[in-house]
Amino acid sequence: MDTPASSGSIVVQDLWKIFSRKSGISFSSSDTEDDSLVEQLDKSDDAVVAMKGVSFTVKEGETFIIMGLSGSGKSTLIRCLLRLVEPTSGDIIVNGKNVTAMSKSELVAFRRENIAMVFQHYGLLPHRTVLDNVGFGLKLRGEEKEAYRKKALGALEMVGLKGWEKYHPAALSGGMRQRVGIARALVMDAPILLMDEPFSGLDPLIRRELQDEMIRLQKEMKKTVFFVTHDLSEALRMGDRMAVMKHGEIVQIGSPDEVIANPADEYVARFVQDEREQLERTEQALAKEKQGKEAAPHVS
Amino acid sequence: MFPEALQAHIAPAVNDFINGLIEAYTPFFDSVAGGILTVLITINDFLVIVPWWGYILAVGILSWYSSKKIVASLILASLPYFIGMFGLWPMAIESLSVIITSVLLALIIGLPMGVLMAEVKSVAFVLRPLLDGMQTMPSFVYLIPAMMLFGLGKVPAVFATLIYALPPVIRLTALGLNQVPKPVEEAALAYGATRWQLIKEVRLPLAMPSILAGVNQTTMMALAMVVISSMIGARGLGQEVLVSINRIDVGRGFEAGMSVVFLAIVIDRLTQNLAKKWEPPKR
Ligand SMILES: Nc1ncnc2c1ncn2[C@@H]1O[C@H](COP(=O)(O)OP(=O)(O)O)[C@@H](O)[C@H]1O
Ligand SMILES: [Mg+2]
Repeated sequence: MDTPASSGSIVVQDLWKIFSRKSGISFSSSDTEDDSLVEQLDKSDDAVVAMKGVSFTVKEGETFIIMGLSGSGKSTLIRCLLRLVEPTSGDIIVNGKNVTAMSKSELVAFRRENIAMVFQHYGLLPHRTVLDNVGFGLKLRGEEKEAYRKKALGALEMVGLKGWEKYHPAALSGGMRQRVGIARALVMDAPILLMDEPFSGLDPLIRRELQDEMIRLQKEMKKTVFFVTHDLSEALRMGDRMAVMKHGEIVQIGSPDEVIANPADEYVARFVQDEREQLERTEQALAKEKQGKEAAPHVS
Repeated sequence: MFPEALQAHIAPAVNDFINGLIEAYTPFFDSVAGGILTVLITINDFLVIVPWWGYILAVGILSWYSSKKIVASLILASLPYFIGMFGLWPMAIESLSVIITSVLLALIIGLPMGVLMAEVKSVAFVLRPLLDGMQTMPSFVYLIPAMMLFGLGKVPAVFATLIYALPPVIRLTALGLNQVPKPVEEAALAYGATRWQLIKEVRLPLAMPSILAGVNQTTMMALAMVVISSMIGARGLGQEVLVSINRIDVGRGFEAGMSVVFLAIVIDRLTQNLAKKWEPPKR
């Protein structure tokens, strides 16, 4: 594989994942070449074919969106990039390094230096303070307490959580917890950021706020962002390019405008349609809320 | 009546096995006994040095530190006083040294076994039914092999207590480790945690409340067993109970029984409060 080594590029080639639902059965890369077997597995209850020959390239510094209905394999895909989920077959090349070929220790080093991830369910440590949660990745890297706390403080300031460093995650609202999650990722100074539906659990106003925050931060940092969402408005606001997934396959790749203008098939069209309506509804709701706020008499 | 012709015994085989074990491994059991005895004597020496009011002070301070409740701490601190008042102080100390030794050994053996059980599926597969069996076995059955391997006295008492008290700490350590939320583990892995870092930085701290509940249960079971193991010469409070039963001296038995209860309450409260301190903070 001779891909030029650039920092922040992701190349995925013919990636497959078949989950086994029956203990004792596992699948190898040769299984994914057998079309009839795949078809049979797809129908059976013993296995889930979560990804079927996914290929795409993400360029350095771009925000790439993966969109699709729940269960279409988005989380599986984003986890495969870090090999949190072991792909059944295919190649992943990040920054010119073949991730699929890495040994365990190479993988640990790779995860520490190249990619930082933000999770839908935050994944914060309940027994650590906000500050130490943000510094956690640096600590795993082996940095001294003083050094990582100093950097963590800076990152907290960037996401607007100055003054909260001594609290524990339980004391924070969902939106604030995700800010901590973002700070934990930013502090790593990795060229690539993975985000798996980071704002899906938040209410619309907070979601909007965090989207704006990310856009602002991204303007400064220019990282490669790999962003999973099922929210078209989010994709439109944040994405340079997007891929639409359906049943483990990518059915369309293009800029958000292209996808909306020329949906590749029925599924994408419906998806876009549904999301468009929802988009209009939220815009209306937001407008109403704004009006309500302005109309309300100011007490203070 | 069950026909005599159908009777068959495994008792001789068990006896043969134990006897064979003793003959084949005498030096081994001697050194184990020596090890247990050394720990026991060291702990006992320390416990004897501390004056009676030292215990009252220590219980009060520990309770205050861990619960911040004044009245509860005062009541808890007064309980050792009553044991002394009944004239049972030396016996209580004797029992305490057996308990502490057994619990210490149970933790040294049980914590790693709990980690192993959580990490390795096949270990859990073998260990789980074994632990179930150990916990349903009537406790004084453990006295028999303990006595056969180590004779009479405190060493077999520690051994029997240790075996009896071991299951909860293993089980609750494994349980706590397995209950760690998946998203937290996944995040740690994503940031490049090694297997050992995952255990040390994430799984063990998050499992701590459960592990300490196991320590609490193990301690309480050790206390129960220490009374029973007076039957093989553990002395202490259990012997008082035993003597009272033999002499049908209800009053004396009651005092001894109350002392066991007081000891139990103190140990239970202190270990529980300390366990609570490890729960993740709410702010
Ligand atoms: N660990 C797993 N074991 C078995 N099946 C799984 C596992 N993880 C995901 N799946 C299945 O794979 C499919 C894709 O899931 P996922 O990638 O989480 O979708 P999405 O993130 O798009 O909602 C689903 O059918 C899901 O049930
Ligand atoms: Mg998902």
